[in-house]
Amino acid sequence: MTHFKKSLGIGLWFMFLTFPLMVVRVNTIDNVIEWRWSNVVWVGACAAAIAWLWQFSIERRAARHAAALADPHPQAKRHTLAQRLSDDPALTRRALIVAGLLAVVFPWVTSTTQNFYHINVMVSALIFVVLGLGLNITVGLAGLLDLGYIAFFAVGAYTYALLGQHLALGFWICLPLGGLVSMLFGLVLGFPILRLRGDYLAIVTLGFGSITKIILENWDTAFGGAAGIAGIARPEFFGMTLEGRMQSVYTYYIVLALVAATIFIVTRLKNSRIGRAWMALREDEIACEAMGVDMARTKLSAYALGAFWAGLVGVVFAAHNTFINPDSFTFMDSAMVLAMVVLGGMGSILGVIIAALTLKLLPEYLRAFAEYRMLVFGAVMVLMMIFRPQGLINDMRRKYELDTADDADGGDDNGK
Amino acid sequence: MANERRKLLEVSGLTMDFGGLRAIDSVGLDIHAGEIVALIGPNGAGKTTFFNCVTGIYTPTAGDIVIAPPDGSSRRINGLKPNAITSLGMARTFQNIRLFPAMTVLENVMIGRHCRTRSSILDVIVGGARTRREERETVATSYRLLEKVGLADLAGEYARNLSYGAQRRLEIARALATEPFLLLLDEPAAGMNPQETLELEALIARIRTDNELAILLIEHDMKLVMNISDRITVMEYGKKIAEGTPREIKENPKVIEAYLGEEAHA
Amino acid sequence: MDYQYLLELFCGGVVKGSLYALIALGYTMVYGIIQLINFAHGEIYMIGAFVAFIVAGILTFSGYSGLSVLLLAAIVSVLYVAAYGFTLEKIAYRPLRHAPRLSPLISAIGASIFLTNYVQLVQTPDFLPFPELIPEFEFMADISSLLSSADLVILVVTALTMIALTVLIKFTRIGKAMRATQQDMIMARLVGINVDRVISWTFIIGSILAAIAGVLIGSRSGQINAAIGFMAGIKAFTAAVLGGIGNIPGAVLGGLLLGIAETFGAGYISSAYEDVFAFALLVIVLTLRPAGLLGKATKQKV
Ligand SMILES: Nc1ncnc2c1ncn2[C@@H]1O[C@H](COP(=O)(O)OP(=O)(O)OP(=O)(O)O)[C@@H](O)[C@H]1O
Ligand SMILES: [Mg+2]
Repeated sequence: MTHFKKSLGIGLWFMFLTFPLMVVRVNTIDNVIEWRWSNVVWVGACAAAIAWLWQFSIERRAARHAAALADPHPQAKRHTLAQRLSDDPALTRRALIVAGLLAVVFPWVTSTTQNFYHINVMVSALIFVVLGLGLNITVGLAGLLDLGYIAFFAVGAYTYALLGQHLALGFWICLPLGGLVSMLFGLVLGFPILRLRGDYLAIVTLGFGSITKIILENWDTAFGGAAGIAGIARPEFFGMTLEGRMQSVYTYYIVLALVAATIFIVTRLKNSRIGRAWMALREDEIACEAMGVDMARTKLSAYALGAFWAGLVGVVFAAHNTFINPDSFTFMDSAMVLAMVVLGGMGSILGVIIAALTLKLLPEYLRAFAEYRMLVFGAVMVLMMIFRPQGLINDMRRKYELDTADDADGGDDNGK
Repeated sequence: MANERRKLLEVSGLTMDFGGLRAIDSVGLDIHAGEIVALIGPNGAGKTTFFNCVTGIYTPTAGDIVIAPPDGSSRRINGLKPNAITSLGMARTFQNIRLFPAMTVLENVMIGRHCRTRSSILDVIVGGARTRREERETVATSYRLLEKVGLADLAGEYARNLSYGAQRRLEIARALATEPFLLLLDEPAAGMNPQETLELEALIARIRTDNELAILLIEHDMKLVMNISDRITVMEYGKKIAEGTPREIKENPKVIEAYLGEEAHA
Repeated sequence: MDYQYLLELFCGGVVKGSLYALIALGYTMVYGIIQLINFAHGEIYMIGAFVAFIVAGILTFSGYSGLSVLLLAAIVSVLYVAAYGFTLEKIAYRPLRHAPRLSPLISAIGASIFLTNYVQLVQTPDFLPFPELIPEFEFMADISSLLSSADLVILVVTALTMIALTVLIKFTRIGKAMRATQQDMIMARLVGINVDRVISWTFIIGSILAAIAGVLIGSRSGQINAAIGFMAGIKAFTAAVLGGIGNIPGAVLGGLLLGIAETFGAGYISSAYEDVFAFALLVIVLTLRPAGLLGKATKQKV
């Protein structure tokens, strides 16, 4: 009952709080005030309902904490899908094969020669999957909060656009170049700033991201200014340029291959000497350094590697859109990639993929949702931190097995 | 017996200031091969700060820290980064346990192997035979260390789920994984019950003989200190007030005064 | 050297800087107590400007005008924004008091995005013309090229606010409790200070300062928008870091320095890159002197 009363009180509080902004609108063109009284009712009802849920969830969270403290080794652990996957390599392999097959046939079953909208949507989504996985290295594994990640994406995209424009270099040459240039940026920028404490680092990277955008916007002669660069070549297929649907399918397979390669490499890194050092750094910098890990080098490698992926996929982005301008590289885009990592679960590859697909595809197909997209992202980031900081999919640590008997595919395959 | 042996660590005139506070005032300390030396003193005496200076977490205001690893070299390590010092062969544990909570017990120890392994990012991506062998060796070595401290059964558990005593032992295993010639333990028995403390005592003795290393130990449990140490150094208010065998220390009036004084204030 | 121009830039910089300082104080006070970059603080300031705009709109359409409208709008705005700051802390930060350090920061970023989009959705994403509420004072006519009447009001209000804040922190009960909590939260709790309440008050006071800045900037620049909080927030944070975060006089000094550096950069080099100067300053300060100009470098206890 107290819950009920409290919820009502909170409902009233929010009716008061949102009153000027939600009810009154000053129409400066006709010089009248619009009163939107119905909003008051909505806000009150929703706030009360949410408050009720909130109290309930906070209590459950507290109970969970208490239970975890009382008994750190619960007998009957709930077996989540992610955990079953990580414990059972055969199941993993089967799931991977099914997912791979679905991904391969996807463009053929969802498109016709006239209408291949779904493929293009999926290409954009997969580009963000790679971005999410790249940022997952920096933020999820190494714990370096990078708020300007999208700048590296921009570096890759502009590298391809400019090299194509001035030197007529093709997509396949520019793909690695875009990644490398972007990585170089990461190394040069990272070197002085990676000593900073986590929260300062976040703000400085945010600054870098914004500086990059301002420079792109204002330096017309080099980067085309706010208008951007148009007429970027699409990926060529053994010297041929494909048309229409085939072109989209081709780009789709390129990104798909990139996603697969990223998953493979990140998985390997994660369960290796390097990945463990990243995670240790995320957990406790001082202890990590005291255990002989070179902090500067380890941080720099995570930062630069994340940048590399962003640059790589930036090239694909430019080639897919054939047109780029600074508006694709705002702080909101960085925040969206970050939301993918946070929502998916820091460090969890599967989680980030699911989150990236959801966050990109949902607004695309639910137009009504698109308008509220950023509002929801913001709320999701707050709520995830409070109620599920480990993300949708908990990053399951791999169980290392002690086998001295040598076998062909040794260390890397017997876990996740 | 200790004095005929090689000096591994030679600290002289070590001074550390925090703003106006002099936490360590011109302290000297030597450690020889195979020795267990205890560093004791009332709360706030500067013991942990001494560790932090020696392991590179703080850069001392003045003084010299010289190490002489068993390979015969010798160098001054003031101002070196902690990871460089660990690579040279000194490893520590922390008074306020600092494990990697979201990593497994085994992975915590594997981090200790980082500075003794070589695989680069490219090696890992390619996954060649040498890298795989190195990874297997890392796992095997870490397992052995867990067995030694009695945690092998919990290898797959998250470090945050361990009991207090087990976390302290895990810290020791993690430090041993770096193959130190000198191990620095900061209050390893804190929070342990008498039974656990006894086991710890046996563990420390075993480590010394098995791994042929010297140990510098900060501890408040006097029974443990007296049983196990070859020599004891006593600090109070940042200064060294006494040094000697356990027997000498027990009878030293200054030390008695320092501890009784503390008791009286407490 | 053109001294007139130099002087104009200087005055412009001081006015701008004092607004930054007002916002920076909120960052610094919160950071001093809970070591959190309250990323949504810029949005609090933006909401302050919007509430003032709405109240002023209602009043002007009912036929009132002038300074009384400004005053009333400011009072309502301050009240509302205090409520927003209080609520923000309760929802987005309090449940994360004992979480790892980056969690509340991510939550703060989420809150910032949420609030920007909330205002965009329920009001408008476009720029709105803010009514001119500050009359042209006659005695300012001679120096109006250097300092407009609005600028004068800004300087006076800022100075008064800062004096009030100093008095509040030095002499009142809550101010003393704030200082105690800043030095050692655990100790403060032990001696019976209600730390939760102190934190709430810190957010409320910081938000009030931001609201004042919001009202002032609206009347000076003549237009507002739901996105103004983002840049202003980052710049104010830069100012706080520049002066030494957690340090109240530092925030004022940092704000003024930043404002002056920005106007000079824009005036002598290029106005398109105005924001770049602020960011560059931030990066330089953080890499060379992370403790800021007035801050003391401390070593983390291990
Ligand atoms: N980073 C620091 N900044 C400021 N003062 C510090 C710092 N680290 C330690 N001190 C101070 O130095 C003194 C010595 O502290 P230290 O932790 O070395 O004591 P200790 O002998 O380890 O005590 P205990 O037995 O309680 O662990 C204390 O007064 C402490 O407050
Ligand atoms: Mg200590």
